Amino acid sequence: MATKPKLYYFRGRGRMESIRWLLAAAGVEFEEEFIETAEQYEKLQKDGRLLFGQVPMIEIDGMVLTQTRAILSYLAAKYDLYGKDLKETVRINMYADGTLDLMLMIALAAFKPPAEKEESLALVAQKAQTRYFPVFEKILKDHGQDFLVGNKFSWADIQLLEAILMVEELNASVLSDFRLLQAFKTRISNIPTIKKFLQPGSQRQPPPDSHYVEVVRSILHF
Amino acid sequence: MAGKPKLHYFNGRGRMESIRWLLASAGVEFEEKFINTPEDLDKLKNDGSLMFQQVPMVEIDGMKLVQTRAILNYIATKYNLYGKDIKERALIDMYTEGIVDLNEMIMVLPLCPPDQKDAKITLIRERTTDRYLPVFEKVLKSHGQDYLVGNKLSRADIHLVELLYYVEELDSSLLANFPLLKALKTRVSNLPTVKKFLQPGSPRKPPLDEKSLEQAKKIFRIN
Repeated sequence: MATKPKLYYFRGRGRMESIRWLLAAAGVEFEEEFIETAEQYEKLQKDGRLLFGQVPMIEIDGMVLTQTRAILSYLAAKYDLYGKDLKETVRINMYADGTLDLMLMIALAAFKPPAEKEESLALVAQKAQTRYFPVFEKILKDHGQDFLVGNKFSWADIQLLEAILMVEELNASVLSDFRLLQAFKTRISNIPTIKKFLQPGSQRQPPPDSHYVEVVRSILHF
Repeated sequence: MAGKPKLHYFNGRGRMESIRWLLASAGVEFEEKFINTPEDLDKLKNDGSLMFQQVPMVEIDGMKLVQTRAILNYIATKYNLYGKDIKERALIDMYTEGIVDLNEMIMVLPLCPPDQKDAKITLIRERTTDRYLPVFEKVLKSHGQDYLVGNKLSRADIHLVELLYYVEELDSSLLANFPLLKALKTRVSNLPTVKKFLQPGSPRKPPLDEKSLEQAKKIFRIN
């Protein structure tokens, strides 16, 4: 019997959240070890399981993987969410890289001083509305299909939903000009595995609060 | 006959250089259209050629690809430099991301305010000798093979050797305690395609000088 994948990260979104989303959407049960103290983190580093001394880290299929994008690509390929050929894969990569950039900007903003943080988050919401969401609205319009690539559910769809929800937390009306994205959001949210993940009590993490920022700062010393 | 890939970027390393290295190492000839002014960049944006209004952009196989990683993944897969299965791919990706992180620190150094530069350089040196290079030295030592993954040349080797050249430019003594990495650098540099790329007159770009830095800042509207 295969063991469940095990995730090692802080108790919060950060760079691990996209990985949680992907596993959950693929219907994969996973365990988590939350790093809450500097001692715990140092132990992981000393054990030699963090290749470059950093998290996220995931134990899966007999491997110890670090580096967010390496983990995401592995999971996407393993669970058949990466397109049927190289041309579909590259489109999924382009879309996923774009949305991941957006979400990492939000994750990093949490660690800035209050005035800078507000400015960063406003900029992210603006970029979402002017640079990213129009692209996806157009993609959906041009092919008229339910999913971004190849008329099939993929990693790109999961990331886009995650990004939409994250930006809506900053600005609830961010999708007001994007009719097809609104329909997309509803459609993808209703996929059973994702619907389950969106319910209270799932492994989805809340937005970063001051406690989370404090814990991470004290462990990573910055 | 398929046209050559066409690279759109400014005439400097930046985020396009690792793409140049990978294409060249795979023996793929390519063309470059340099963005020399802010207006050149605006034209590309207005053409609808840049999916997220950003470069690098590479025209290849009838597509206009953006996002550095997406482009590199495509090239690596197409030219068989990405391992033989998803587990090798995961290792290659993990190594590549570490290399990218250190490379990024070195790449953005010219943009660092003068009063912070010394501290940044110290950090880069520390990361190089304490966090990144020891990992790759250990990988090579652990299996004793010529290449990082699967006993076969992959993108990870090419990205790493590119990085080693930048580390050497910063301070050649940083490589002193890494004999296996030095050997990898020599071995990969002697591959015919790489050897050719390392010669003067190739598409390989030099470090950023003051003039090019000012031009890049203008084009990308940075401070």
